[in-house]
Amino acid sequence: MSGYENVKELQRRVEIARAGGSDKAKEKHQAQGKILVRDRLNILFDNGEYLEDGLLVGASRGMPGDAVVTAIGKINGQEVAVIANDMTVKAGTWGYHTFRKIVRMQEIAVDAKMPIIYLVDSAGARIDSQFDCYLGRIAWGNIFYTQVQISGVVPQVCVMFGPSPAGSAYVPALCDLVIMVDKQATAYLGSPRLAEAAIGEKVTEEQMGGARMHCAMSGLGDYLAQNEEEALKAAADYLRFFPSHNSQLPPLREPKLPGSKRSITEIVPPDQNRPFDVKELVESLVDEGSIFEVKALFAKEIYTAFAYLGGRPVGIIANNSKNKGGVLFNDSADKATRFIWACNAFNVPLLFLQDISGYMIGSAVEKAGIIRHGAKLLHAVCEAKVPRISVMVRKGYGGGYLGMSGGPTMPDAQLALPGAMPALMGPEAAINAIHYNEIQALEGEARAAFIDEKQKAYAKDINAFDPADQFSFEAVIDPDDLRDELIKRFALYSRREIPRIDRRNGIYPV
Amino acid sequence: MSEIKAPMAGNIWKINVQVGQEVNFGDEVIIMESMKMEIPVEADDSGVVKEIKVAENDTVDDGNVLIILG
Repeated sequence: MSGYENVKELQRRVEIARAGGSDKAKEKHQAQGKILVRDRLNILFDNGEYLEDGLLVGASRGMPGDAVVTAIGKINGQEVAVIANDMTVKAGTWGYHTFRKIVRMQEIAVDAKMPIIYLVDSAGARIDSQFDCYLGRIAWGNIFYTQVQISGVVPQVCVMFGPSPAGSAYVPALCDLVIMVDKQATAYLGSPRLAEAAIGEKVTEEQMGGARMHCAMSGLGDYLAQNEEEALKAAADYLRFFPSHNSQLPPLREPKLPGSKRSITEIVPPDQNRPFDVKELVESLVDEGSIFEVKALFAKEIYTAFAYLGGRPVGIIANNSKNKGGVLFNDSADKATRFIWACNAFNVPLLFLQDISGYMIGSAVEKAGIIRHGAKLLHAVCEAKVPRISVMVRKGYGGGYLGMSGGPTMPDAQLALPGAMPALMGPEAAINAIHYNEIQALEGEARAAFIDEKQKAYAKDINAFDPADQFSFEAVIDPDDLRDELIKRFALYSRREIPRIDRRNGIYPV
Repeated sequence: MSEIKAPMAGNIWKINVQVGQEVNFGDEVIIMESMKMEIPVEADDSGVVKEIKVAENDTVDDGNVLIILG
């Protein structure tokens, strides 16, 4: 066989490779409502065009691509590397060539400065390949090693269409963002069958590691998609906020007015104890239709979202008093921390909207390590180098004020709305602490009157204007001018030079 | 049957429903008070209030059952 005959042989092999798994496997896949791997790539890439490596791997052995497709194409005009399991070939399992193809594409992506999207749908490591792939320096684990080396250098997004069991669950866990398709995606270290045998627990796959569980409870999932098309769109939408590499700035786009015309004075109740949904405040500030919320179902007391503000991408972290009073817990501190790392790694400016009673107190949260988790948030805030603006919307109490990027953590500006209430603690707690003995000595109406008088006097000192007088706030802003003020200030602070280093931080798991 | 649980530690400030009353998903059935904030507790299911396990001014921990829906 030579010359032109080889061209025919090439065509034959390419055809086999592109066809993927057996007809039976593909029928089964589609019967579950799932999209075939190459159709996923066609949806994702502009014009369905891509450059592929390792297409012919395994084609002669009935394992097209060795169960993975690695390709580079454009998404919304930006070059992106995609690593996609093919569930129809050996259940998408990892063999020897699978991980070599994956690692090679990771290396190419970082060298050529482009984000990676992992399309995960795999039964995990191929057990019969373990003696070639498990131990030593050339092995499955190289995938994770490389993910960690390039974390914070190029954006890494994971879309989960199906399982990612045991060790392969670390692929999503080491990505910046994890999108999970509801009722399809699963991740667990031990399967329900394994758990029943080892610890006697009986649960379903969905309970053990379903998409909803991970997006609402474990925090592994960042975005719960209703179907595969939505999941692919979310991955593309997320990347619009990021540069292709940490040496570049995020893209600007045409500014748009906010979709919500409501005034902040209508949205934020003046009574500091009344909850409100901070999402409504964000919608009144940012460009219409530009919000991408991260972890919408997890630790809802803190709201984290990317959005465009006057055409500039920003990462927004806001206390949401609608849930758990907006108080900071372990999970909310972790959620905010990881969000800060993603912004800081890729030059995305940060906006903090403070309305914080503090970190949760009580023995339960102390045992769970609230100090440790709170310190993690404080650490991330103090290390952040990107343009950063904090706005005291209502309460700014205690250590929570610092975790939420308060003035002493050196944001570019600490602004305040006229209703701001900055204090080490609120009137009730403070008066009880300062006058404890006097209060204990009084009884009945006399006690109530004493407390009331002291609280009122204390509350009078908690206002936006005294700190402005002391230059503790850069400015107090009329609520109706906040958007314009932020746009001007982000443009100003974005001119500040940030020292270039190989990597500012990884997007660490928390 | 489903249980409505306390989202965090705190006090029961107001109970907005009575036994036998029908509630819908998202209804504000109880308002707690914690960390000096009003903490609305919403029904995460629809049904009839079968039992109210707490009274106003009670102290509860995170996860305590407040209301049982039948």
